[in-house]
Amino acid sequence: MIKINKRIVSEHGISEDEFKLIKEILQREPNLLELGIFSVMWSEHCSYKSTKKWLKTLPTSGEKVICGPGENAGIIDIGDNEAIVFKMESHNHPSFIEPYQGAATGVGGIMRDVFTMGARPIANLNSLRFGSPKHPKTKQLLSGVVKGIGDYGNCVGIPTVGGECNFHESYNNNILVNAMCIGLVKKNKIFYSIAKGFGNPIIYVGAKTGRDGIHGATMASAEFDDHSEDSRPQVQVGDPFMEKLLLESCQELMKEDAIIAIQDMGAAGLTSSSFEMASKGSCGVKLFLDKVPCREDKMTPYEMMLSETQERMLMVIKPSKKKSTLRIFKKWGLEAAEIGVITKTGNMEIFFNNSLVGKLPIKPLADSSPEYDRPSEKPFIKFKKENHKNFSIKSALIKIISSPNHSSKKWIYHQYDRSVMCDTYFSSEQSDSAVIRVHNSTKAIAVTCDCNPIYCNSDPKLGAEIGVAESWRNLIASGAEPIAITDNLNFGNPEKKEIMYQIKEAIKGIKTACEALDYPVVSGNVSFYNETKNKSIFPTPVIGGVGVIKNISKSKGLRMNEGDKIFIVGNSHGHLELSEFNRICNKNYGSPPPLDLKEEIKNGTFVRNFMKKHNSIVTGCHDISEGGIILALAELAIRNEKGLNIKIPSNVKNSKNWLFGEDQSRYLLIVNNEDIIKKVAKKENIKLQEIATVSGDKFCIIKKFEISVKKLIKYNSIWFENFIEK
Amino acid sequence: MPKKVVSIVVFPGSNCDRDLDIAVQKYMNVNTELVWHDDPNIKNQEMIFIPGGFSFGDYLRSGALATKSPAMKEVIRLSKKGVPIIGICNGFQILTECKLLDGALIDNYKRLFICKENFVKIVNKNTLFTKNINKNIVQFPIAHAQGRFYTSEDNLKRLEDNNQIVFKYSSRDGKINKSQNPNGSMNNIAGIINKNKNILGLMPHPERAVNFSEDNDGISFFRGLQNLL
Repeated sequence: MIKINKRIVSEHGISEDEFKLIKEILQREPNLLELGIFSVMWSEHCSYKSTKKWLKTLPTSGEKVICGPGENAGIIDIGDNEAIVFKMESHNHPSFIEPYQGAATGVGGIMRDVFTMGARPIANLNSLRFGSPKHPKTKQLLSGVVKGIGDYGNCVGIPTVGGECNFHESYNNNILVNAMCIGLVKKNKIFYSIAKGFGNPIIYVGAKTGRDGIHGATMASAEFDDHSEDSRPQVQVGDPFMEKLLLESCQELMKEDAIIAIQDMGAAGLTSSSFEMASKGSCGVKLFLDKVPCREDKMTPYEMMLSETQERMLMVIKPSKKKSTLRIFKKWGLEAAEIGVITKTGNMEIFFNNSLVGKLPIKPLADSSPEYDRPSEKPFIKFKKENHKNFSIKSALIKIISSPNHSSKKWIYHQYDRSVMCDTYFSSEQSDSAVIRVHNSTKAIAVTCDCNPIYCNSDPKLGAEIGVAESWRNLIASGAEPIAITDNLNFGNPEKKEIMYQIKEAIKGIKTACEALDYPVVSGNVSFYNETKNKSIFPTPVIGGVGVIKNISKSKGLRMNEGDKIFIVGNSHGHLELSEFNRICNKNYGSPPPLDLKEEIKNGTFVRNFMKKHNSIVTGCHDISEGGIILALAELAIRNEKGLNIKIPSNVKNSKNWLFGEDQSRYLLIVNNEDIIKKVAKKENIKLQEIATVSGDKFCIIKKFEISVKKLIKYNSIWFENFIEK
Repeated sequence: MPKKVVSIVVFPGSNCDRDLDIAVQKYMNVNTELVWHDDPNIKNQEMIFIPGGFSFGDYLRSGALATKSPAMKEVIRLSKKGVPIIGICNGFQILTECKLLDGALIDNYKRLFICKENFVKIVNKNTLFTKNINKNIVQFPIAHAQGRFYTSEDNLKRLEDNNQIVFKYSSRDGKINKSQNPNGSMNNIAGIINKNKNILGLMPHPERAVNFSEDNDGISFFRGLQNLL
């Protein structure tokens, strides 16, 4: 037996204090297996040790919340005995090392989190951040990640309906791959991961366990260095066909009254799934590792407990249903085995070759996992001195719409099956949020992913608030009632004061905005240590928002018809700091635009009520965000292949500020009757400005310039193909 | 009179079976029976559908492993008796792998999965499957990684001479040229029939074009099949 020494402890990412605590809990030295288990259970990825204290402050309950954070995913009530299960999760570290498999298994993992709860996944989204296009790895990472996401979701047959993709040099050596899944479940058919019933069998089902992904959770909790590529064996390999079989067999089994508790084997595999189920049910577990189906020879208990082989599930079954359970798995050609039993001891007892190889108390291990109040300090942001550039309105518009971040994402979304399951009403290129019909009904779900890391880097609190507000706005623009969010907090190393400051501030921002908008957080994920050689990513708290639409035919997209009038709802002050315009001018300093949450609510409520009462007057709706009014209008022209006559109001002093400013809480409403909207806005004291008429085939700003929409489309559509095929 | 029953063969990895089932029941006004791949008997022989998806994960080659299923052996036997059979997407790939249809579906020209709405021209309206469609150009989504129809020049000529080519990718107004070809298919081919004209395979998904609007072309496709029964 290997003797545990300091080196082994530190290789497991366990601090000296943590090791002391382990010895206190066990009242002895751990063996290697036990140390390995502690290391994954107490990794940042599984234990949230740096953020627990702060995450607890987030609003997580509400009238429509059925299940908040702590389970596999969050659940909201959408009426008619139906509920939506959703969560977002990161697969950043593996995707950088092995983009195709890293991204694919990210999608697989989040779908399992959702269908573990009894739901059928109905849509996937993703939020992607890559390094600068000039960085030598970016092209390969982009191709691999997009193909990995597509191949996995396409094969399982779940539509990938939207998301975001951005490039920035802060992600050069740490890309972000955040995958979100939403699923539909009957309210009375939700499954949880609370183990119960002494003597009940524990069933393992799915892929055979191999040596892949051992210590994946620990890898996700450390910085990268020059040798990170050596971690490739820690990246798991995905098998979407196996996932499809698991999904269908679990759905079939869930119709029988057989499952007591179910949990997918995600990060930290068999360890975390068995500990979490037992801990929630306050019971003990005996595991017989000889019975675990293994893919490789001579696997040790350490390897079996820590393997992160994908597409595996663990469940506690009613003893009377064991036979029928195994029959269903056999029908689907899946390996299933009874590998353990629920006990009253409160301990995890691990047997191998008839001897006890590990014994750990479950509750203390879970409950006394470390919780840190790490020191934080506001970072001093040094701005690079760069030569400013100057652009005319026209050349700035062309520069922005042909830039990597604002070019058409057709090259990406064409690789995603968006139409399978026949419920996709709008994918995210057609509307501000993706809109998915609730099968066999007239209801729909709207979903969106949002984050502006440029804002967050300058002011993490305000940046995060804006992220929440933008997701809320995107849902409203599609005609939905915003309900709740999931968050995916991507940051650098929390042991550094400046990073901890960003984390705390961002969580404060999410809290502030979610409380004001009555928009609770029902699930989430943290991904830290997104750093390489001491250089951190920009703080990137991605918000996944979900809303409900009562009548899908009243949902709105980016549509406009000849003769329609376009109005701006909300105040335009011309805030250019940190805007797309300033960025192309090399002015990378300043603060994000201010956000007034009262005004956000006022404008959003107006748009929502107007759409409700005067639905047939509204042709489409689009929020105004990055790039300001002009970009929002150009996107409409491109999307519809229709011209616009744009008239800048006569009282505007600086047209560049006005056109490119990124002031918050604003929408473009496209209507076919201007009198009614003017009347209603006046009555409700809403700032409303007429800005354009849909007409012809030219994008024309009166007295400034015009350009054919055909040309705009060309500028907007070439970047990705050129970049990939170059 | 009780409704007629149409069979849909389901494999592990099929993922368009539900969508197809709904479209067939609703617009062909029939009942359906889902036949699990290991069932060697197909009771309802009025018409058989092979749905899209990734049968057996499409490992080896798209559709290759599905040809070994007991249900497919029965499909092959019934096809010789003239039972109408339609394979969509993976179903088309399976039918070519079984040699019930000519040619092969290989990697798309750009070697990427492609999902988009595409116009398709019905170039042969003189078949069981297309004669009742009240349109010449239809819009169906496509979603595949291996949809590029390929065969030898001789075979291609034979297919053309026998009028076996049924669907071609086209523009909105029916122009058939390279710019409308999403995957590099020979001569823009999107769907063909066998020599005996009872088996149809097509890559586009008519079952995904029946939602949200009564004008959707998948509805015409399935309504057109009603008279076949």
